[in-house]
Amino acid sequence: MDLNDFLELFIEESKEHLQSINDQLLKLETEPENPAIVNEIFRSAHTLKGMAGSMGFEDLASLTHQMENVLDLVRNSKLSITSEMMDVIFSCVDLIERMVESIEQGGDGKEDVTDVVGQLRMIQNPSDPTNVQAGAYQESAAAVAEDIQFDQYQLSVIQEAKKLGNKLYQITIQLDKNCVMKSVRAYMVFQAAEELGEVIQSNPPVEQIEEENFDDSFSILLLSERDTKEIQAAFHPISELSEVVVRELSDEQETAMPIEKAQKAVKSNAQVLPKDKGDQGAAKKKHRSKSIRVDIEKLDHLMNLFSELIIDRGRLEQISRKSELTDLTETVEHMTRISTDLQGLILNMRMVQVEQVFNRFPRMVRDLAKELNKKVQLIVEGEDTELDRTVIDEIGDPLVHLLRNALDHGLESAEERTAAGKSEEGRILLKAYHSGNQVFIEVSDDGKGIDRGKVLNKAIERGVVTQSEAETLSDREVYSLILSSGFSTAEKISDISGRGVGLDVVKTKIESLGGSISIESEPGNGSIFRIQLPLTLSIIYAMLVKTGDETYAIPFSSIVEITKISKDQVSTLYGQKVIQFREQVVSLVSLKEVFNVPATDTVEKQELFVVIVRKGDKIMGLVVDSVLGQQEVVLKTLGGMLTNLYAVSGATILGNGEVALIIDSNQFFK
Amino acid sequence: MEKMKIVAFRLGDEEYGLDIQFVQSIERIQPITRVPNAPEFVEGVINLRGNVTPVLDLRKRLNLEKEGHTEHTRVIITKFEEIELGLIVDKISDVIDLDKESIEAVSSSRIQSDNFEGIAKTEGRLIVLLKLSELIKIPGK
Repeated sequence: MDLNDFLELFIEESKEHLQSINDQLLKLETEPENPAIVNEIFRSAHTLKGMAGSMGFEDLASLTHQMENVLDLVRNSKLSITSEMMDVIFSCVDLIERMVESIEQGGDGKEDVTDVVGQLRMIQNPSDPTNVQAGAYQESAAAVAEDIQFDQYQLSVIQEAKKLGNKLYQITIQLDKNCVMKSVRAYMVFQAAEELGEVIQSNPPVEQIEEENFDDSFSILLLSERDTKEIQAAFHPISELSEVVVRELSDEQETAMPIEKAQKAVKSNAQVLPKDKGDQGAAKKKHRSKSIRVDIEKLDHLMNLFSELIIDRGRLEQISRKSELTDLTETVEHMTRISTDLQGLILNMRMVQVEQVFNRFPRMVRDLAKELNKKVQLIVEGEDTELDRTVIDEIGDPLVHLLRNALDHGLESAEERTAAGKSEEGRILLKAYHSGNQVFIEVSDDGKGIDRGKVLNKAIERGVVTQSEAETLSDREVYSLILSSGFSTAEKISDISGRGVGLDVVKTKIESLGGSISIESEPGNGSIFRIQLPLTLSIIYAMLVKTGDETYAIPFSSIVEITKISKDQVSTLYGQKVIQFREQVVSLVSLKEVFNVPATDTVEKQELFVVIVRKGDKIMGLVVDSVLGQQEVVLKTLGGMLTNLYAVSGATILGNGEVALIIDSNQFFK
Repeated sequence: MEKMKIVAFRLGDEEYGLDIQFVQSIERIQPITRVPNAPEFVEGVINLRGNVTPVLDLRKRLNLEKEGHTEHTRVIITKFEEIELGLIVDKISDVIDLDKESIEAVSSSRIQSDNFEGIAKTEGRLIVLLKLSELIKIPGK
C-alpha cells in the first residue's frame, strides 16, 4: 500500500489538530487552571504524534512527543503553567505547522527541532541540563506504556474483578514494522484478549486503533484470571507481532495515579471530571458523522453543469410561453421548482463557515498585541455564518489588514487608555452575520476612533481632496478617505500596518468580490469597519433592461427601485440631467450615451424608465428604454482578453442563447 | 523536413494562415453582442456552447477595409495560453501541410508588422502566417 494515499488525509487531519491545539492554547492562557483544556491539547498532540510516527515523519513525531511529555506533566499537576512555557509551546506549534506545510508542499517535513526539543526538555527536567543535547526520543512500546489512568467507573470494575480473583495485566504489543494492515492485526489481538478476560482500556483508544491512528505499538489493560504465561501464549498464533509484553500491575501502581487524579478533579471543579480517553473517541465519532470529503473541483464542475441547465431552463420557459401548451407549461414550471431547490442545495454545498478564516485570527492578534505591547481581547462572533467558498478564499487577507489596522491604529496603548478612563485591555470585535442576501463582516474596536481633522489634513496634503471639497464632506465620507490609495494616518510607520497601501487594497478586493465596505467611527469610542458581501458570486438575481436593441442585466443588489418618469420631469443642473425623486435630487445617466448604443429610429418617447441604483448611500438613475423583467442569471467572465471594461462586470447567457452584459453600476459613481 | 499544419483562410483577395495547434474550432457567424467601450476591433462576444467568448474582426485588427458578412463568413475559435478568442474571416480555404523551410521571414519593407509570423509559399499560393500572440494584445496597452 502506498503511503501517499494517506498523505492528503494526514495533512488535513494534522491541520485540524494543529488548529485545535492553537485554539486550546489560547484558552489555556486565560484559564491556566482548567485541566479539561490541557487534556484537549494533550489528545490532539498525542494523535498528531501517532499519525506522524506512522507516516514516518520522525522529526515531527519526536517534537510532538516532547510537547506531549510536557503537557502530560501539566496534566498531572507536576508542572504549573508559566508564560515562558506557553511561549515555548507556541513556538513548538509553529514549528509543527511549518513541518506540515513542508510536507504538504512535497517536502520531507524535516526541520531543526533540537533547539525546541531542548527547551521542552528543560521544562520537563530543569535540573538536568545534559538532557538538552540528547537526540530524538526513542519511540518504543515502553514509551506508550507510561500513561495509565482510570476513571471512577473503571476503578470500581477493577476492584470488583479483583475480588473475584482476576488480575490486572498491561499488555503492550509491538507490531512488526512491515505490518500492512495494522488495524486488522490489532483487531485480532483484541479478539484474543477478549477470550481471556475483559479489556477495560486501550491506549490509544479503540477508535483510533480502528482508524490506524497509532504507531507500531499499542497497549491494552486486561482483567483476567489467567496467568502471564497463558496470556503470552494466547497471542502467539497472531503473526506480524514483533513483541508482546505482558505485565501484571500491582495494587500500588494502579491505584496511586487515579487517587491523585480524583483529588485534583475535586479541587479544581467538582462538576468536571477529567474526561478519559474513551470520551475522546466518542466525540470524534460524532464529528465524523456520515460526511465525505469531496474534491472542490468536482463541486465547481457540478456548479458549471448546473449553470448550463439554468440557461436551458430559461430557454424552455420562453418556448412554453410562446407555444401556450398547458402540458409543457406545467412541466416547465415543475422543472423550475425542482431546479430552484437543486440550486439551493448546490450553493449550500459550496458554503463554508467563516470560522475557517476566523480561526487563525486569535493567534495572530495575540502575537501582534505582544509585539505592539498592547493588551487586547479579541471577541469573535458568528463564526458559523456561511459564505460561498470562492468568497471565503478571498476574504482572509482583507480581514487581516483590517484587524491589524484596528490593533495598530485603532487601539491606544495601555497608558493612553488608562488616561482616557478606559479599561487597560482593548477590545476588538470580529463579527459575521447574515442579512437578506448579503453577509456582513464587522471589525470594530473600542479605541480612539478616527480623527476627522487629521484625516482631512492628510487628504488635502496628499491631494486626495481639495480644501473646499473637504469642508462639505460628511463624517462618513471623510472616514472613507482612509480607504483611498496612498493614505496613511499613522505618524509612526510600523511594519504592521501604515505603509499606506493597506486599506485601499482592502477596498479594491472587497469591491472586486461584489461587496462594499463602510466605516463608522466615534471619536474616543472606537470605529467599526463593515464589509458587505454577496452570498455567492456565481448566480445572481438581475433585472434585464433594454436600450436600443441591446439587452443588459443590472444586479438586484445595486438596484434601489425602478420608476417611470415623464420627459418634462427632467431638469438640468450644471449641465447634468437630474430628476427629483422622493425629495432627493438624483442625477441621471443615459445608458444609451455611456455605452454608445447605436440609435434605433424610434420616435423619442415621452416616458423614461429610470433604474435607481446605489453605491453605499449615494444613489443615481440609469435611463433605459424598457425593463424586461427579473431573472436569475449565471455570471460569466468576458474572457481573458476583455478585462477592466468600463461599467461592465461580466456577461450572462439569456434564455434565447444570446449574451447579455452585466452592468457594474458602481463605476457610474465618480 | 519539419512540417506544420495551418488553417488557410481569406480576407478579401489575400490569403492568411494560422497554426492549427491554436485553432479549436470553426463556427458559422452567430448573434454577436456588442461590448461597449471595448477596443474598436472587438466585434463583441458570442455564446460558444455556454462560454462567453470575445470575437475580433480580423479585418479591423489588421487595418484592412471593412466588408459585410456573407454566407461564407466564419469565426475561427482560437486558444492561446488559456485565452479563447474568435476571429472573423471572410472564407475558410483549407487546411494545408507546410514545410517549415518554405516559410520566409517578413523582411520586405512594405509588410512590416509584428502581427505576422512569416510568409509561406506553397503551390503558387502566398499565405501570410499570423502571430496569434500579437493579435490578442490590445494596442497601446
